[in-house]
Amino acid sequence: MLKDILKILENDAHASEKQIATMVGVSAAEVTNVIKQAEKDRVILKYKTVVNWDKADGDEHVWALIEVKVKPEPEAGFDAIASRVARYEQVRSLYLASGTYDLLLVVVDKSEHKVADFVSQNLAHIDGVQATVTHFVLKRYKDDGELLDGGEGVKRQQVVL
Amino acid sequence: MTAKKSPLDKFISKRANNVSPSGIRKFFDLLQDMENVISLGVGEPDYATPWHISEAAVKSLEKGYTMYTSNSGILELRNLTSQYLKDKYGISYKPEGEILITVGVSEALDLAMRAILNPGDEVIMTDPHYVAYDAAVILAEGKPVMVRTSAKNNFAVEAKDIESKITSKTKAILIGFPSNPTGAIMTRQKLLDLAAVAKKHNLLVISDEIYARLTYEGEHTCFASLPGVKNNTILLGGFSKAYAMTGWRVGYAVAPPEIIAAMTKIHQYTIMCAPTPAQVAAIEALKTGEPDVVEMVEDYNRRRKVIVKGFNDIGLPCFEPKGAFYAFPSITPTGLTSERFSEALLKEEKVAVVPGSAFGKCGEGFIRCCYATSLAEIEEALNRMERFVKKHKK
Repeated sequence: MLKDILKILENDAHASEKQIATMVGVSAAEVTNVIKQAEKDRVILKYKTVVNWDKADGDEHVWALIEVKVKPEPEAGFDAIASRVARYEQVRSLYLASGTYDLLLVVVDKSEHKVADFVSQNLAHIDGVQATVTHFVLKRYKDDGELLDGGEGVKRQQVVL
Repeated sequence: MTAKKSPLDKFISKRANNVSPSGIRKFFDLLQDMENVISLGVGEPDYATPWHISEAAVKSLEKGYTMYTSNSGILELRNLTSQYLKDKYGISYKPEGEILITVGVSEALDLAMRAILNPGDEVIMTDPHYVAYDAAVILAEGKPVMVRTSAKNNFAVEAKDIESKITSKTKAILIGFPSNPTGAIMTRQKLLDLAAVAKKHNLLVISDEIYARLTYEGEHTCFASLPGVKNNTILLGGFSKAYAMTGWRVGYAVAPPEIIAAMTKIHQYTIMCAPTPAQVAAIEALKTGEPDVVEMVEDYNRRRKVIVKGFNDIGLPCFEPKGAFYAFPSITPTGLTSERFSEALLKEEKVAVVPGSAFGKCGEGFIRCCYATSLAEIEEALNRMERFVKKHKK
């Protein structure tokens, strides 16, 4: 049942407990309990909104993908460095990746200047960080599974046999 | 419908005049200049075709794969269809001679009727039924014979009721489950009873199973998979509903070789072959589309539960439809006819539904509501309908 509930909420955080109860076929009280437990267990982390900032007036956001090459620490491996990097609030996502670099950061900040400051003054100074490569995002096409442009949807005839 | 008299009327054939225009034609016209309408009046998925399926067709076009195919359809598609039917229902049909790829089930239905009917032959079908059923029979100069079904019986059909309609002119029984417009399904036992009647009277059964994959409780029983019926069955199926491929127009007919040969003859003189890119897309659908089907069906099921509960809560009694993507609530608490209800609902609350009477006399007192639309729209439609029902309650 948890999986069914998560599937609904992942796509629509607005779904009410009553609606979910109807869809899953249990009582609303049961849904409430399952959700509360999932929140406690941090299976559900947060309820957020996918925003297209490009369309919101007067709000500037700069996105950057930053590859980081790291020397892992003897005991903690990548985790200790990763947790240090993760503390910066401008780091929106952080992944350990296979390939030519180790950590991949998605950084969102107010200007390119601020991103540059973050790389040179914060990131580069963390022990174990050997090299960074910063890619500024020129255009976002799709985020969190949502197309940012072309939200026209499927056009159907309104009445069909 | 009163059409204006015109000097050109004399050119129109009796055959064309014998089919009445669709009962929902006027809703198209009403809808033309309305905005903010929530439509539950559609009969197709709200998904676009899964991209990997569309992409297969795009790639085939890039490669210049734009010629006619075999009249029967691309052999690979027939092979995959054969395999699909075997895996799903354990039935075995030869890709060569027993499967015909058509322009949707609509064409397959027309071919079947033209291939089997002589003037005056009777075809038994349920009332209510999908609008093309009686039209296809009439256009083939046959005579549709109705068997009443009702909400009391969840719109399933009883073999004994069919048997009571059999005459010396009866040629075939046409069934379509899961049902458009009611969402009804048939249990295996009910189908077995029906098969026994067909066998006893040596009748053909044409089974339109376009909604087979949209079954929400238990497994769909394919009529052709019942013991001993294969030789008397024409199975119709397609890709439109399960794979969200309505606009591609591709389906199939599966039957004994004599029948497929007759249908193929008509098909090759009238259609040639189903569109090539659409057939390529259907191949991709059968090869890799299964996870998409499962996901979409899960999603329809969630919305189904919301809309059925919603109708019952606002005072429109609705039996539980276990297939397709239609709910068929009763509107009798309002005292309006289904056509009057649908028209007033559209004008007053801007919600489009289809009057049940468009699908036969037994559909009177009901409306067909398609829940293949977003949950938010379903809920808004329910809110508007609740207001409407309160206002019109007798």
